[in-house]
Amino acid sequence: MNQRQEVTTAEGGEVRKPEVQPEAVLYPPVDIYEDAEGIHLQADMPGVSKDRLTVQVDRDTLLIEGEAKIEMPEGMNALYADVRSTRYRRSFTLSSELKSEVIEANLKDGVLSVRIPKREEAKPRKIEVRTQ
Amino acid sequence: MFESLFSGDRRLFDELRRMEQQMDEMFGRWPWPAGIRSTARGAYPPINVGATADGVDIYLFAAGLEPKTVDISVQQNLLTVSGSRQLPAKEGVDYYRQERYSGEFRRVITLPDDVDPDRVEARYRNGVLQITVKRREAAKPRRIEVK
Repeated sequence: MNQRQEVTTAEGGEVRKPEVQPEAVLYPPVDIYEDAEGIHLQADMPGVSKDRLTVQVDRDTLLIEGEAKIEMPEGMNALYADVRSTRYRRSFTLSSELKSEVIEANLKDGVLSVRIPKREEAKPRKIEVRTQ
Repeated sequence: MFESLFSGDRRLFDELRRMEQQMDEMFGRWPWPAGIRSTARGAYPPINVGATADGVDIYLFAAGLEPKTVDISVQQNLLTVSGSRQLPAKEGVDYYRQERYSGEFRRVITLPDDVDPDRVEARYRNGVLQITVKRREAAKPRRIEVK
């Protein structure tokens, strides 16, 4: 119904430009798992180098931010783009049994790995069952 | 310059593609044909393609790849990139999220007709695979001197 009209508009060369949006942010895909030692997080942030990556904890929030920098020759025109922003951002809420002050972060080939250890008292303990 | 590839481009061609994609999502099918090699949104890895007078640059956003496992081939103006990224699930742990792509991938990109399949370079940095295909010499714009 509407489709025809849209196309006529396009052919007439009067495509309505989208309104200017605030800069888009990419939401990096993550894997998160937990073992006895703590929580492990891995995030895909291709294009981000170590100096353009921020991993920070503010109270109970873990914030991951990065900016992709891609080498591009002068005078390049885009032909096609799946990725339409260069900024990555994602945050998670931590819980109190995690030692947020000793978080370790590692970046390799655009994959960020974060390890958040558990407090000693929060590690699972095996309770022995005694028999009388 | 950097902007142009990611956000700034608002040309008609781009605009049409965006509309097509939106319509596709809204109506499930588009009465006009899509590119024969186009894939559904969200295909892995995402790619950006940019062109200069000298050549065409293809960027594949594929973090954590083993560059040796990636296979790149160009046949005439058809570029095929295939490989795999295997993320073996850890045993004996609890997964809360598994959003990262794991498995084989293959993407086929139609390049402009004037590219030279013999002059292709690829490099991998910070999780981005950049493939540069040069244009044929004859196809480059030449400056004609006025005598």
